Amino acid sequence: MPHFAKPAEGSWTEHYPELGTEDVSYHDSISPEHYELEQQAIFGRTWLNVGRIEQLPKVGSYFSKEIDAVDTSIVVVRSSKDEVRAFHNICRHRGNKLVWQDYPGEETSGTCRQFTCKYHAWRYSLEGECTFVQQEQEFFNLDKSDYGLAGIQCEMWEGFIFVNFDPTNTTPLRDYMGELGKGLEGYPFGELTQVHKYRAEVGANWKLFIDAFAEFYHAPILHAKQSVSEESRKLMEVGYEALAYEIDGPHGMVSSWGGMAPPKDLDMVKPIEQKLRSGLFGPWEGPDFGEMPPGLNPARHKAWGVDSFVFFPNFMVLIWKPNWVLTYHYWPTSYNTHIFEGTCYFVPPKNARERLAQEMAVVTFKEYALQDGNTLEATQTMLESNTPVKTFPLGDQEVLLRQLHVTARRYISEFQQQSAKTPANA
Amino acid sequence: MPTTLPSDFADLEPFAEWAIPTEKARYDKRVASTMDELQAFYDAAFPRMEDALVYLEQYSMDDLPNDAKGLLWLYCSLVTVSFPVEVWRQPRVPDSGASSFDAVLEPAV
Ligand code: FES
Ligand SMILES: [Fe+2]
Repeated sequence: MPHFAKPAEGSWTEHYPELGTEDVSYHDSISPEHYELEQQAIFGRTWLNVGRIEQLPKVGSYFSKEIDAVDTSIVVVRSSKDEVRAFHNICRHRGNKLVWQDYPGEETSGTCRQFTCKYHAWRYSLEGECTFVQQEQEFFNLDKSDYGLAGIQCEMWEGFIFVNFDPTNTTPLRDYMGELGKGLEGYPFGELTQVHKYRAEVGANWKLFIDAFAEFYHAPILHAKQSVSEESRKLMEVGYEALAYEIDGPHGMVSSWGGMAPPKDLDMVKPIEQKLRSGLFGPWEGPDFGEMPPGLNPARHKAWGVDSFVFFPNFMVLIWKPNWVLTYHYWPTSYNTHIFEGTCYFVPPKNARERLAQEMAVVTFKEYALQDGNTLEATQTMLESNTPVKTFPLGDQEVLLRQLHVTARRYISEFQQQSAKTPANA
Repeated sequence: MPTTLPSDFADLEPFAEWAIPTEKARYDKRVASTMDELQAFYDAAFPRMEDALVYLEQYSMDDLPNDAKGLLWLYCSLVTVSFPVEVWRQPRVPDSGASSFDAVLEPAV
């Protein structure tokens, strides 16, 4: 007997018939060739979130970002017209990386009036125009206006900065974010300026970590040792059921119960959580932002605690009832490695008590993520191993995983169909 | 440079080495400590936490004096140390192997 109602079809999965219910192959997570296709068909063609507007507080603020999945480095800047612009991080003279500090492979950020190449001092305005060529008279009819930085489509959604590497893309970001994006518009993300950001190199395919964060089926089991033992036993007995799942286009979301911020019974949580009034679900007392956007808590359930949105391909946003936000990014570096970024956003704490409550939430997240990340490597190595086990059943609480893998494969087959129509040797 | 704690918290001075400004360094110290060391720090600091919170609350986050900052960092360390002491009985979270998860950006205080 389910604790929370499911759709009339009897399951969340069957509510979206295109997903099927059969066992799923994970070949898409262990093949270098498949990964190459994903690079072109997915990362080369979809909107990718690369940061937030608060990272560019004033005209001339910039940051660089290494994006292995499309084999490039980009620089994102607030231009003199007060627009956010993105460029390939390459000098038009002889290809030096334009923005870097000490270590060319490391990301950097700062503020400047213009970009100056370290090699021969060619200069570019914040709009990307080439404005100065050292010893210009030595070149051959060089017209600076032909040598601006190579731009990348760049748009914003609710303060999140996205780029799209497909020059032929015609889908505005807001349309791409679809109904799930629309349902979050108006959430005061910009108030949450206290940021803790973590990064991990993970020895697993990027989709496997999304899998791990797109289901909570594992939580009472894998994370059992995180809770006080009585509570842990109860969690395992009950298992996990979501309040609701929603799928729209390539994106999906899962809505979950809270119950731990604050807990019904103080004995459910650890002594330090009782003292700091904070834990995995965040500080128990969060800011009051008034009415929430309609996309949150779609089941309108009073036990609601957190909604997790999976925006295809590699961006997750979690909004917690006490009004803090977690984002996840998964940046592939090869078919079986990726860089995971987890970022916690809070309102700035008024005092040390609030600061410590936030620290409690952040560090709890870290300890859970360490367990999640380590498990992934165990999954990746076995998926790659010589075994007759090739397909895997996914339950109804794993519907978003099914959606992710189905969507990723659909992008590839659409890409292959289009490439077949336009012969490359033209 | 050894951090000095506010005089009201002289009893925690033997643990002043836990007044560490960054999460990664707090975590590294935890992982490099024995359970006995973690337990000793926890047993000394946990009972004084409410006093520390009340003491620190007299300041806004923008103008914490240095000794108060030290006290705040010490209690950030207590957060880090609470996990093994209260639940796991080992410095690293169970089933985390060699995996790492490093802070690349955190608030200055
Ligand atoms: S490569 Fe940049 S100025 Fe020569
Ligand atoms: Fe997990």
